[in-house]
Amino acid sequence: MTDTDAPLAVEVWRGAAAGRFQTFQVARSANQTVLDVVTNIQRDQDPTLAYRFACRVGMCGSCAMVVNGRPRWTCRTRVAAALGAASVLRLEPLRNFTVVRDLAVDMRDFFDKWQAAKGHFEPSADPAADFAVVPPGSPQRQAADAGIECIGCGICHSACDVVAWDRDYLGPAALNRAWTLVNDVRDRGNAARMDAVSAASGCHLCHTHMSCTQFCPKGLAPTYAIAGLKRAMVARALGRKP
Amino acid sequence: MIRASHRQPGFLAALLHRLSGLALALFLPLHFLALGLALNGAAPLDSFLALTRQPLVKLAEWALVVALATHMALGLRVIAIELLPWRDRTAATVSTCVGAGLLVGLLLLLNGA
Amino acid sequence: MTAALFLAQRLSAAVLAVAVTMHLATIIHAARAGMTAADVFSRTRGNVAFLILYGIFVLAVAVHAPIGLRNVLREWTPWRGRGLDIALAAFALLLLALGLRAALAVFLA
Repeated sequence: MTDTDAPLAVEVWRGAAAGRFQTFQVARSANQTVLDVVTNIQRDQDPTLAYRFACRVGMCGSCAMVVNGRPRWTCRTRVAAALGAASVLRLEPLRNFTVVRDLAVDMRDFFDKWQAAKGHFEPSADPAADFAVVPPGSPQRQAADAGIECIGCGICHSACDVVAWDRDYLGPAALNRAWTLVNDVRDRGNAARMDAVSAASGCHLCHTHMSCTQFCPKGLAPTYAIAGLKRAMVARALGRKP
Repeated sequence: MIRASHRQPGFLAALLHRLSGLALALFLPLHFLALGLALNGAAPLDSFLALTRQPLVKLAEWALVVALATHMALGLRVIAIELLPWRDRTAATVSTCVGAGLLVGLLLLLNGA
Repeated sequence: MTAALFLAQRLSAAVLAVAVTMHLATIIHAARAGMTAADVFSRTRGNVAFLILYGIFVLAVAVHAPIGLRNVLREWTPWRGRGLDIALAAFALLLLALGLRAALAVFLA
């Protein structure tokens, strides 16, 4: 059993792509979160530590990083839960992102892929005259609703092996968003969107490891969104045949 | 230390699926060449088949049958996830697929392969 | 191109689901009955149904295996691009040729 009065040993990644782990000792407190720990280090021990957070309450996703091998929101991760049977807390930046410094990563690639997958709403040419009635219980709306709570935290992108193996792969977040828009009956951009997700770096690369679904803090299931895109891709391919 | 995302059943399923597929793809040309020996009459094939009675070869044959059954079961799981609306209970489903593969292997063993 | 490969992979998988089940059942039956190669050939010799079924099996494999290999090689090795596609097309033809030859050999044995 760990001595709960002893300070917590925390290994923190310092540097960028190349670097090292630096160990800090942090006083334990009841119910402390990993974000509490990182903040303590930066404020009281080493002001040069770079990390991100914003809301502190599990709404923005800014604090995502890899904690003892699992990508998590640090504000919503209790130290006790993160440690499990381990005695040392290990903090790393999100995997599959370029590290800016220490625990802060460059999110540009992630959002570029979002755009490349056409993960944005395309209105019709005459919105005012085109008022859409969308029954909330319709299958398409339910499919869209299942994925729209994504806040772009990047955890699924970090967890995805295919993103690691093929850096061009659009990734679970971008594809999940694309699927919500495919199911949005008001959207007019589906031709370009289906082209984007059917291309070489698109939905077919998903091998259903399901790490994205496993680690999504919002409980979303990009695996099934991507499965929907695969079905749509096939339907389109068949429909095009003479 | 194995990464947390690699200790999930979905990853194990994908890895087994991939490795069994690789083994089968590499084995197939040899399988076809061996069978093709029959074209040259019974003798060349029989002398080749004598080689296959060695225990190591028999083990490899058994492993390939298990690989085939497992690859198919896990592949059907992928197709089910892609086509069917039901939500996969990953761990249980993967265990079932691997179990099916091993069951085929067991059947082969019990029937005097 | 990609959607076509994906569809070919899934369709060939559906065909293989049937063919592999047939093949596994045959293997287990043959082992159970203690059949030798000669015993098997006595059943396949001149058997047109066998030739057709296994011919379809070979065709499905020649489509399915190279596409699967393509993913593995692209993701686990630095090899990609046209060179890889050409090599895999060649592998597909190899499987087709050797496979049909094998089916024929067993048909004529």
